[in-house]
Amino acid sequence: MDSFMSPFLAPLAGGALIGCAAALLLLANGRIAGISGIAGGLLGPAGRESAWRVAFLVGLLLGPVLFRLAAGHWPEARLDVSWPMLAVAGLLVGYGTRLGSGCTSGHGVCGLARLSRRSFAAVAIFMAAAIVTVFLVRHGVAR
Amino acid sequence: MSAPRLLAALASGVLFGFGLALSGMMDPRKVLGFLDLAGAWDPSLAFVLAGAVAVSALGYALKARMARPVLAPRFEVPANTRLDARLLGGAALFGIGWGLAGLCPGPALAGLVLGLPEIALFVAAMLVGMLLHRLTTERLLAAVGAGR
Repeated sequence: MDSFMSPFLAPLAGGALIGCAAALLLLANGRIAGISGIAGGLLGPAGRESAWRVAFLVGLLLGPVLFRLAAGHWPEARLDVSWPMLAVAGLLVGYGTRLGSGCTSGHGVCGLARLSRRSFAAVAIFMAAAIVTVFLVRHGVAR
Repeated sequence: MSAPRLLAALASGVLFGFGLALSGMMDPRKVLGFLDLAGAWDPSLAFVLAGAVAVSALGYALKARMARPVLAPRFEVPANTRLDARLLGGAALFGIGWGLAGLCPGPALAGLVLGLPEIALFVAAMLVGMLLHRLTTERLLAAVGAGR
């Protein structure tokens, strides 16, 4: 699969599939494909719309397995981040996405597509915060 | 919950997970490469977002011509347009965490199948963060009558 996928074609095609996923969930079930909202909703009062959330998350896990079968290798992933840093990052991502009502999928993929004012603001802020964070970690005075 | 709705949710999840795998965004190094403007910049994430937003926008264009979703009684899309402190503060905290690890909720959850202990740790911390929000902030806001 890599052989005929240029460095830009694979991200573009992968993004288009993510867009298909969002359109399908919207047009079939009337829901926004926001991962933090779908996962976070499971932590709420038990039984509240939890079946479809579980079904979606099972699919999310199956996706990379199907990719493995089609491509012959697992998608690459490596983390060069210390364990304490990962824990802090996870806490911030979990708390922040719930407080801000969305993440890269809900505000990014879906919110920008439906021209939501709140999502444009959220994306601008989390992109800027992430860019500043990466700059400080990689090029900041601590180095 | 009807079986067709569950199947649609499952299919959407599969498409999402396969798309993430194909896009390369399950690799935190590629995400950080995009966020590192001062380094060897990797534009991949911009192509992923462009492809995703373009197709998703077609979905929202179709929605405008439908009275209700195919399998559900109504569309559940937020109508709120207020830019409040919760939205902006939450986005900032999320952005800092995203920049520290290069992981956001989708790739982190999908990445659980890769069996890396680092991803499992991140997801565990993320769920704790979500729970913390639910048990502290959400409860507090509900108590003062500002809850959702």
